[in-house]
Amino acid sequence: MDMKVNIAGVEWNNPVTVASGTFGSGAEFAEYVDLNRLGAVTTKGVANIPWTGNPTPRVAEVYGGMMNAVGLQNPGIDLFCERDIPFLRQYDTKIIVNVCGKSVEDYCEVVERLAGEDVDLLEINISCPNVKEGGIAFGQQPKAAEEITRAVKKYAKQPIIMKLSPNVTSIAEMAKAVEAGGADAVSLINTLTGMKIDIDRKSFVLANKTGGVSGPAIHPIAVRMVYEAANAVSVPIIGMGGIADASDAIEMILAGASAVSVGTANFFNPAVTMKIVDGIEAYMNKHHFETVKEMTGFVK
Amino acid sequence: MAEKKREMAVVASQEQLADGIFSMWIQTEAAKTAKPGQFISMYTNDAAKLLPRPISICEIDAVEERLRVVYRVTGEHTGTEEFSKLVEGDTIPIIGPLGNGFPLEKAEGKSVFLMGGGIGVPPILELAKQIRCEKTQIVVGYRDEQTFLKEQFEENGKVYISTEDGSAGTKGNVMDAIREQGLKADIIYACGPTPMLRAIKAFAEENGITCYLSLEERMACGIGACLACVCQSKEKDHHSNVHNKRICKDGPVFLSTEVEI
Repeated sequence: MDMKVNIAGVEWNNPVTVASGTFGSGAEFAEYVDLNRLGAVTTKGVANIPWTGNPTPRVAEVYGGMMNAVGLQNPGIDLFCERDIPFLRQYDTKIIVNVCGKSVEDYCEVVERLAGEDVDLLEINISCPNVKEGGIAFGQQPKAAEEITRAVKKYAKQPIIMKLSPNVTSIAEMAKAVEAGGADAVSLINTLTGMKIDIDRKSFVLANKTGGVSGPAIHPIAVRMVYEAANAVSVPIIGMGGIADASDAIEMILAGASAVSVGTANFFNPAVTMKIVDGIEAYMNKHHFETVKEMTGFVK
Repeated sequence: MAEKKREMAVVASQEQLADGIFSMWIQTEAAKTAKPGQFISMYTNDAAKLLPRPISICEIDAVEERLRVVYRVTGEHTGTEEFSKLVEGDTIPIIGPLGNGFPLEKAEGKSVFLMGGGIGVPPILELAKQIRCEKTQIVVGYRDEQTFLKEQFEENGKVYISTEDGSAGTKGNVMDAIREQGLKADIIYACGPTPMLRAIKAFAEENGITCYLSLEERMACGIGACLACVCQSKEKDHHSNVHNKRICKDGPVFLSTEVEI
């Protein structure tokens, strides 16, 4: 039995990574999790310059999940390269750098800068609902998504994963568009745009009014979208959205994902990823799957 | 390598102190290293409520490995309501101790204000028990005559009370109590609602008094990764590279002059 997966030419020790924004660059979680046991660490989004993010409150709990509008606060690519990459390189795990920006030029600048860095994959965030410019503006129109994919591919030395938004009419069309633009893989889903109102204060709970809904509540939507995307494109899919235990992760793989990301569940239990890695292995043994690839898209 | 974990604490006792205010002692390894001003993340046993509730530590018994939390039930069907129904022998998942805690050593040889307001009162108790200083003046503010923890404060310093409705002590807030009594201090430690902390910060800065504030914000991870619970900092923060500090990890206690609230 082999837990290894190959994502766009990069071999991971197992199919489990973490969703961008839920894990920092791993330093805080390293006290709770053995980072060597993750297939990859996906970092919080990083831009060409430091971003302050949104005002607080930035998070709220919703039934079976949460909502966030952190707004991609990040220290900028310079400090990231100096501090976060060397930290992660100490571990036997792949590094996926999530890239955010406000314009095509911003994204390309970060991607070009990372071309000379020792990282394994880049994930391009065109699906953050919490920033006014950039982010999701590129993630809701197939044409715009295809164009930005093509633009970043010109500068990229590492394989490119395009992170897709569920806030679209057809996830299959979006997946096809980024594949046409040259994406080496796709990841989905980012958060669903939501809103919560405090009825006593008669005001929005989040300072940003809207936020991205994540957590177990959105898992069935994510499974459906992974399935649809898997049937539309041939590039590998990293499935995410509400994975809280191994069975959620396995469902995503059976629907068509080659690997999975664990996000909000890290907040419920910082060591949840370890249980998920073990649980997938146990399932493969029990159901006689030799490789993760055999499981991927098993349910047609 | 991983050395911290989410653990199952065991409830040792639970009692109600006032309307909506509960006190719980839990058996936990976290007690071995906990310091005044730190907090624990408490998780519900309801899968629909998945974020931790950050609750300040009220008392520490390192010998018996127990922590006391005193907390407010925030409404029906809330996580805190679930906590209030736990009884001796029940288990509760927690992570902690988290955060930096109050810098006790700064109080040596000084006249001190220990100030708490509302549900910011409880962490002042362990601080009062551990602080070594010239003069301990505990100034605590409540809504009404339900002055929970007052007797225990009296064992640990001179206590001044304020109540919003005037039913006990000075009518008004903790700053009104200080003015009415003409109190003086060289250093302040405070925890409470933001308007109270804002007033204390202004008072401390006007009078050149060193002041430590314990802040609060909605959190998701509790360990410094998600960047939900930030506060604005005066200087650019070395970790965030912007003017934001993480309350859960860099705080919750900050020198008043380093934060904008």
